[in-house]
Amino acid sequence: MGFRQDHLLGIEPLAPDEIGEILDLADDYVALSRSADKHSEALRGLTQINMFFENSTRTQASFELAGKRLGADVMNMGMSTSSVKKGETLIDTAMTLNAMQPDLLVVRHPQSGAVDLLSQKVNCAVLNAGDGRHEHPTQALLDALTIRRKKGRLHRLSIAICGDIAHSRVARSNIILLGKMENRVRLVGPPTLMPAGMADLGCEVYEDMAQGLQDVDVVMMLRLQKERMDGGFIPSEREYYHLYGLDAEKLSHAKEDAIVMHPGPMNRGVEIDGTLADDINRSVIQEQVEMGVAVRMAAMDLLARNLKTRRAAA
Amino acid sequence: MSATTLTNLRLIDPETGTETTGGLTLKDGVITARHDGAGDGIDCGGLCLAPGIVDIGVKVCEPGERHKESFGSAGQAAAAGGVTTMVTCPDTSPTIDNPETLEFVARRAREASPVRVLPMAALTKGRAGTEMTEIGFLMDAGAVAFTDGDHVVTSAKVLSRALTYARSRGALVVGHVQEPVLSDGACATSGKFASLRGLPAVSPMAERMGIDRDIALLEMTGARYHVDQITTARALPALERAKGNGLDITAGVSIHHLTLNELDVANYRTFFKVKPPLRHEDDRKAVVEAVASGLIDIICSMHTPQDEESKRLPYEAAASGAVGLQTLLPAAMRLFHSGDLTLPQLFRALSLNPAKRLGLPQGRLAVGAPADLVLFDPDAPFIMDRFKLLSKSKNTPFDEARMQGRVRATWVAGNQVFGAPL
Repeated sequence: MGFRQDHLLGIEPLAPDEIGEILDLADDYVALSRSADKHSEALRGLTQINMFFENSTRTQASFELAGKRLGADVMNMGMSTSSVKKGETLIDTAMTLNAMQPDLLVVRHPQSGAVDLLSQKVNCAVLNAGDGRHEHPTQALLDALTIRRKKGRLHRLSIAICGDIAHSRVARSNIILLGKMENRVRLVGPPTLMPAGMADLGCEVYEDMAQGLQDVDVVMMLRLQKERMDGGFIPSEREYYHLYGLDAEKLSHAKEDAIVMHPGPMNRGVEIDGTLADDINRSVIQEQVEMGVAVRMAAMDLLARNLKTRRAAA
Repeated sequence: MSATTLTNLRLIDPETGTETTGGLTLKDGVITARHDGAGDGIDCGGLCLAPGIVDIGVKVCEPGERHKESFGSAGQAAAAGGVTTMVTCPDTSPTIDNPETLEFVARRAREASPVRVLPMAALTKGRAGTEMTEIGFLMDAGAVAFTDGDHVVTSAKVLSRALTYARSRGALVVGHVQEPVLSDGACATSGKFASLRGLPAVSPMAERMGIDRDIALLEMTGARYHVDQITTARALPALERAKGNGLDITAGVSIHHLTLNELDVANYRTFFKVKPPLRHEDDRKAVVEAVASGLIDIICSMHTPQDEESKRLPYEAAASGAVGLQTLLPAAMRLFHSGDLTLPQLFRALSLNPAKRLGLPQGRLAVGAPADLVLFDPDAPFIMDRFKLLSKSKNTPFDEARMQGRVRATWVAGNQVFGAPL
């Protein structure tokens, strides 16, 4: 069957075998990244533009490194300081960039669906690096790769996603991916941060950490998106930490070998205890960052192959 | 003016709730006779004839945004859609909130529109929800109702005074029921779909809260009130109770909320962004049932032209609204073909009830009624092409949709304003 996508706009359009294919290739790129010569020629001659309409350090760096390791010419555009401020529309910005003949466009945007819209107007491969509260597919893929390598499989696991689900695109992509791969997904958080209709998606919803973490294999913490809080979702940070912050006591309800994940950047003492985050026996947060580069290399490689095939056929 | 006799018709009479074979004679702008449909005259080949549609809540973007729609283009679209009376919104730029602007609009409408235009005026100045407009003068200038459009008058004090004053003048007030704080920033209905798409969403309860408040104010003031759109199941019992208690209240619903649901938005298709947002399928069904039972009185197009630029944006940022004048009738035929509503029931909500609510003689096929008529084929299939719409704006959610039901001719006051000469 093979990887059949023109863009990576979300996890939702992917079939389980396509997810598997990205992860398999990513495993190879983990090995490459750990070797002395970290270089491949997979994207040689191709131009990758990173357009971040929302500030990002980690994701942008990860995409940049991924592109460079594969030999692409990488350009970063900080869109928050560009012509967007001068009133140019998203479509016009996209058309302008499209005229520069890029091959891979990596886009982050504060509004849900914006990357999808942009992909309709350009003739290169578009990767969603996070759109509003909608999806962040490469994050879910790197989480999946981390879990698969740590647990030896990516099915029939019990996984708790905890915290600010409502404002999280990471949560949405993970819920869809883990569901497609036939895992049990639990969502734990205060009801004010839980979006409507999650039970209809096949998730189990908990308001209590002890119950929600009972016997799970993976605990995935989410950043409390302070900048997105337009007020009044939780009484205070300290009460949130008391009830939902992950510490050793709360983690004791999970399986003994349960792993702890966090997409970063962490708020130590808000959603996760600092000591626990650094515990190399439980926390895989550093591995997640490493897997991020590999997964992005794999996704861009596969998209570039399809792009070349498409262009050759045209 | 010589008489016109139409024969071999399927007469859709919402007043009697009947569908009969017959014919009509028109003279001097009115229906002068009804007969059995045989004999001399223009043979209409068994097509349906119904009273022309009276559409409450049409946005014509004049003055201010004539590039989106003018009285000329809206009027042409209306004629092609079987709409013989457009009841227009005051949410233009500037707002129609004084008699001078209203007179300008009325004059432009007379010059440019082939169908009747009855303007509504704003209830509060600038639709800002703080000071009431000159309701008396505006009525003298021809305002048929008062509305702030989709702006909710948040202050109960301002609204209660405006309603009280409107009652004293016998004015009809049209309101948009929505708890404005709860629905602030939302562009979807909360639930699984909105959560998956990551769109800011509002609980359908916001509509119930809005209607509950307004009903309480009606009890207080005794005003004449029409709810522009009821789109959720939970608001219906409140409406039913208010009617049962004898309040002077009626309600409408847009054709979009009757024929589409939130899933139609699919991958952020902004032509499906309307206000209030499209609802769950359960709500859609409940609202269709309410139209069938007569609890919801009126179906409207909520015609809201938007140019391509304001729709080619990320979903949250895109403008709300859809054009509907020309698609109202074919979309309504979906409800006929699905067996949800009969043709007389549909035209009760499209023509008779809105005319009655505004105190107009239209909406009937009786002898003496104005000859505002639509001749249509309820079965004719076609694929909608938005670029063939006569509106200046082409933002229809029915683009490329398979539809059934075509208007063949439209008459206003006995003059044919649309269709091939018969």
